[in-house]
Amino acid sequence: MKRFLPEYAAAAYLFLYSPLVVLGIFSFNSSKVAIWRGFTWDWYIRVFQNSALLDATLNSLIIACAATLVSTIIGTLAGYALWKKRSPILTNSLYLSLMTPEIVAGVSLLAFFEWLFRFLHVQLGMHTVILAHVSFCLVYVVIVILARLRTFDSSFEEAALDLGATEWQVFRYVTVPMLLPGIIAAALLCFTVSFDDYVITSLVAGVNSETLPMVIYAMARKGVSPEVNALSVMITVGLGVLILLAGRLEQRSGGKARRP
Amino acid sequence: MESVLELRDLTKHYPTHQAVNCISLCIKPGEFFSLVGPSGCGKTTTLRLIAGFEAPTSGEILLNGNSVTSLPPYRRDVNTVFQSYALFPHLTVVQNVAFGLERRRRESKIEIREKVKRALALVQLSGKESRLPSQISGGERQRVALARSLVLEPQVLLLDEPLSALDPKLRKQMRGELKSLQRRVGIAFLFVTHDQEEALSLSDRMAVMNGGRLEQIGAPRELYQQPKSRFAAEFLGEVNWINGTGVRPEATRISSNSPGDSVSSFTAVVEGSTFLGDCVHVQTRLPDGAQCTAELRRQECPFRTGDPVYVWWHASDELHFPIND
Repeated sequence: MKRFLPEYAAAAYLFLYSPLVVLGIFSFNSSKVAIWRGFTWDWYIRVFQNSALLDATLNSLIIACAATLVSTIIGTLAGYALWKKRSPILTNSLYLSLMTPEIVAGVSLLAFFEWLFRFLHVQLGMHTVILAHVSFCLVYVVIVILARLRTFDSSFEEAALDLGATEWQVFRYVTVPMLLPGIIAAALLCFTVSFDDYVITSLVAGVNSETLPMVIYAMARKGVSPEVNALSVMITVGLGVLILLAGRLEQRSGGKARRP
Repeated sequence: MESVLELRDLTKHYPTHQAVNCISLCIKPGEFFSLVGPSGCGKTTTLRLIAGFEAPTSGEILLNGNSVTSLPPYRRDVNTVFQSYALFPHLTVVQNVAFGLERRRRESKIEIREKVKRALALVQLSGKESRLPSQISGGERQRVALARSLVLEPQVLLLDEPLSALDPKLRKQMRGELKSLQRRVGIAFLFVTHDQEEALSLSDRMAVMNGGRLEQIGAPRELYQQPKSRFAAEFLGEVNWINGTGVRPEATRISSNSPGDSVSSFTAVVEGSTFLGDCVHVQTRLPDGAQCTAELRRQECPFRTGDPVYVWWHASDELHFPIND
């Protein structure tokens, strides 16, 4: 059993990454069909000439940035409050929200917005997408912050209070700087989750708020285009870098939050 | 003399137990005062009440005659050195020491820099200014923690077992430094420890605490030689109990011949001895079964297991308790 561990691991990785490798290879294929006809950068160039794709990318970036900013700030404060209150019921209920199927979350958000629109005369659009993204990103932030705080020794805060810092100054000059790697990791995670969400987004998006996943999905339904392959490779690489960065920061904050 | 810190009937109840039970205490300016007791006796809770991290159930805390009982920690002119030091890991040594001064905003930047410099020189840490806490040794961290509190020139410095995180050799060295530091700055120290040797060697006065109450307050010598309770006597050192009388091992004598009628003596049999380097502990057993240990110097110990001996002591070395507990 133990002898073949490296082989098992290799098989798992092969299974995980071979589709991505195929995707990568065919994004450089000069033929439109799945037969290798030679190397080309054409599809990458075409992505940047496709205004629908570019508009959707811009929408996705705006939504992801706004949702990340709002949910990181609210989520950090909420996580801190939960840690201070030490309420197991409130903390555990977060996981309920995390386990809710996306389609259920999407439908409930849509129902909520439609109910809300009876009082406020607005329509579905970019703002509803941002609100929806904040609502599911928030959980990730709170969970990451709570995990960081679990190794945070409250004697640091007591020491700051003791040295004359008010409660706000303690938070500003001691707690936030010590949690910063965790906060950044949470923000990167938010950005990634928001950027590639399809199910919820497609339900609450209005006209003119199509995101990149929605456009790609529409394009892919008409048949696999090497243009989509090229775009997918760029997204994978971009998000992959973000995730690696988030992982490294998380590790660092885990080490730093402990006592010196 | 006016007292710098006064506790009046200070009490702290927790749902499950009573941590501090009606403590009254006065600490004089410039005094080195120790609170000593076993773990769970309420000494750390007392310190946290004074610092303001916990609110007392009843009672009052006075600093220079003014009540600070309801003030938050940042409004009290006391500072704490934590057992874990709690140095801010994201700040350098200088930034850690300047933290309190910067929050207080009473001095200009130049004055703050000067004060921090002096505080670091005081604890012999000049040259380590820009290190992070993770880049210096345990003993150095302890000095930073001291400098960080002392730079604010508090009325009283509270120290929560500050030496317990150090290894034994460093602990003894820091003990001496702590005492001389306290003499130089002239600030009253309230030192909490479970180590009776630390408390006896450092304090001007000390209090023995047990089960949330103060058993006895006094100078170390007084507490050691005239403990008012069995608990205090046994906590501060070993005691032989013979016919209801307590005698410290170092006051217990052993001889082969009868010491005469002028002192109380008992016959006993040597059961064994323990070599401790600078001295020898000889264990004897009396006919009634009571054990009695005598601390002798190495050269004074010709006794072997099974030898019949006399154990005796001077009446002035006996421990007597007004309260029988």
